[in-house]
Amino acid sequence: MNVFKKVFLFYYEGFRSMTLGKTLWIIILIKLFIMFAILKVFFFPNFLSSKGDTKEEKSEYIVNEMEKRTINN
Amino acid sequence: MEDLVLWSRAQFALTAIYHWLFVPLTLGLGIIIGVMETIYYRTKNEQWKTITKFWMRLFGVNFAIGVATGLILEFQFGTNWSNYSWFVGDIFGAPLAIEGILAFFMEATFIAIMFFGWNKVSKGFHLASTWLTVFGASISALWILIANAWMQFPTGMSFNPDTVRNEMTDFWAVALSPIAINKFFHTVTSCWVVGSAACIGVSAWFLLKKQHIEFAKKSIKIAAIVGLAGIALTIYTGDGSAYQVAQKQPMKLAAMEGLYKGQTQAPLVAFGILKPHEKAMQDIENPSYFNIGIPYVLSFLSYRDINAYVPGITDLLNGGYPTKDGSKELSAKEKMESGKKAIQALADYKKAKKAGNEYETQKQLRILNDNYSNFGYGFIKDESELIPNVAITFYAFRFMIIFGSLFILMFIVITYLIGKKKPFENYKWFLWLCILCIPLAYMVSQSGWIVAEMGRQPWVIQDLMPTSAAISALSSSSVATTFIIFCVLFTVLLIAELSIMFKQIKKGF
Repeated sequence: MNVFKKVFLFYYEGFRSMTLGKTLWIIILIKLFIMFAILKVFFFPNFLSSKGDTKEEKSEYIVNEMEKRTINN
Repeated sequence: MEDLVLWSRAQFALTAIYHWLFVPLTLGLGIIIGVMETIYYRTKNEQWKTITKFWMRLFGVNFAIGVATGLILEFQFGTNWSNYSWFVGDIFGAPLAIEGILAFFMEATFIAIMFFGWNKVSKGFHLASTWLTVFGASISALWILIANAWMQFPTGMSFNPDTVRNEMTDFWAVALSPIAINKFFHTVTSCWVVGSAACIGVSAWFLLKKQHIEFAKKSIKIAAIVGLAGIALTIYTGDGSAYQVAQKQPMKLAAMEGLYKGQTQAPLVAFGILKPHEKAMQDIENPSYFNIGIPYVLSFLSYRDINAYVPGITDLLNGGYPTKDGSKELSAKEKMESGKKAIQALADYKKAKKAGNEYETQKQLRILNDNYSNFGYGFIKDESELIPNVAITFYAFRFMIIFGSLFILMFIVITYLIGKKKPFENYKWFLWLCILCIPLAYMVSQSGWIVAEMGRQPWVIQDLMPTSAAISALSSSSVATTFIIFCVLFTVLLIAELSIMFKQIKKGF
């Protein structure tokens, strides 16, 4: 049996014979779904991407923000 | 703006605190499992295999529920802390990327062998996989702590005014900064204490129930030894951490000690009741209602010299005291002026460069470089903002020290009692105390983080960027909404963890 098949069977049999592990995997998958498909998409967009497309535009935005937040303003 | 700062901080704190419920048990229980399996490997005694597998199950539950909870912190960087994320550039990104690629995949590979590999791979290979999982988890923590340490003591970088980002110039200065080294060992070894407390507490529950007595006592023995080693190393590295705080974050040290007026031969406050901050500021000679001080100790621990001068909160604001290199420390107002110049120079540099005015560009660059070390002070509106919450920092520090130290006693007593002729399970009150030590260990661990993170306020990056400048211009209500979502999500996860964990514990060995 080649190495890849051995590794595949190792994982396959491991996952198949899981008992407690199945519950844990379900929790992990639900959690990852909530995190990446809901939280990341709807609540945690990349803020700076909405302020500029290029690095120059983003750095310009940051400098302006910094100026705004100094004690002069 | 103030609301937004508070909600953003509260959200980050909530996420970090919940995340930190899972991490210490993974790191602490991991090392205990490693030791147990090593004993099994050496003795070939099947009892040790059963014991190892039981604790490995609990480790698995905790790992599965806790895995990726830290990713939410990274989501927040991009959304809530975008100014900060941009400003730190690749310095923060590099360690986190290494953590994700190297350590996480290392853990993921070997954890599979750890759980699926019993009777399928050789005993030696299985043992190596267990240790590599533990090692991977610790390395994972290392990169996160390096990133955190850089925020407390920014080093190994230079500021690029064109990109408005700090760029790493010396990876090893970042990775091996004294703050990072102390923080890593202090954090990881304190996790051994949490893991040991959990192992002892659960085993004590079995003893109270008169179940699995031999297995439980064997577990307690190992956990007490690991715990004792853990707490000894935690104290040693804690001293190193506090020494670094004295050098790099003197305001944090002053808050930890409730020290408003600096002094030579400064005593360490063993315990005390502080006056409210406003009152203490008016009566800096007597800022507490009462305190028990240990003479000379603060000077010695801070500067390794019993006669050393330790600046207090007001000294740090007023400046003028001699520093280590013989120069006079600047006052907060002078630093604020210098920071303001740096920020203005950055804006003028960008304008001059755009206009193609080379002379002006170079002039502004010089001003920026000369004042960059105080860059963050330019965002401070009032010098009182430079003082962290003294009461929280002071009491959290005392809580960590006092209850943390009790664990030495606890582990020594356990090691003594377990070797005595009278059965350990007969000391019922002590077994209950062992169970109580589980939440106590978590509280001590969390209070350590509260000292580290609340004590460094207002800085997100020490001296370079305060929290108020680091946050994105979002509406505070949107941050409040995600705060509530996290609160619900993490509570559900915690309930899931505890219920699965309790079921597994009830099943026994």
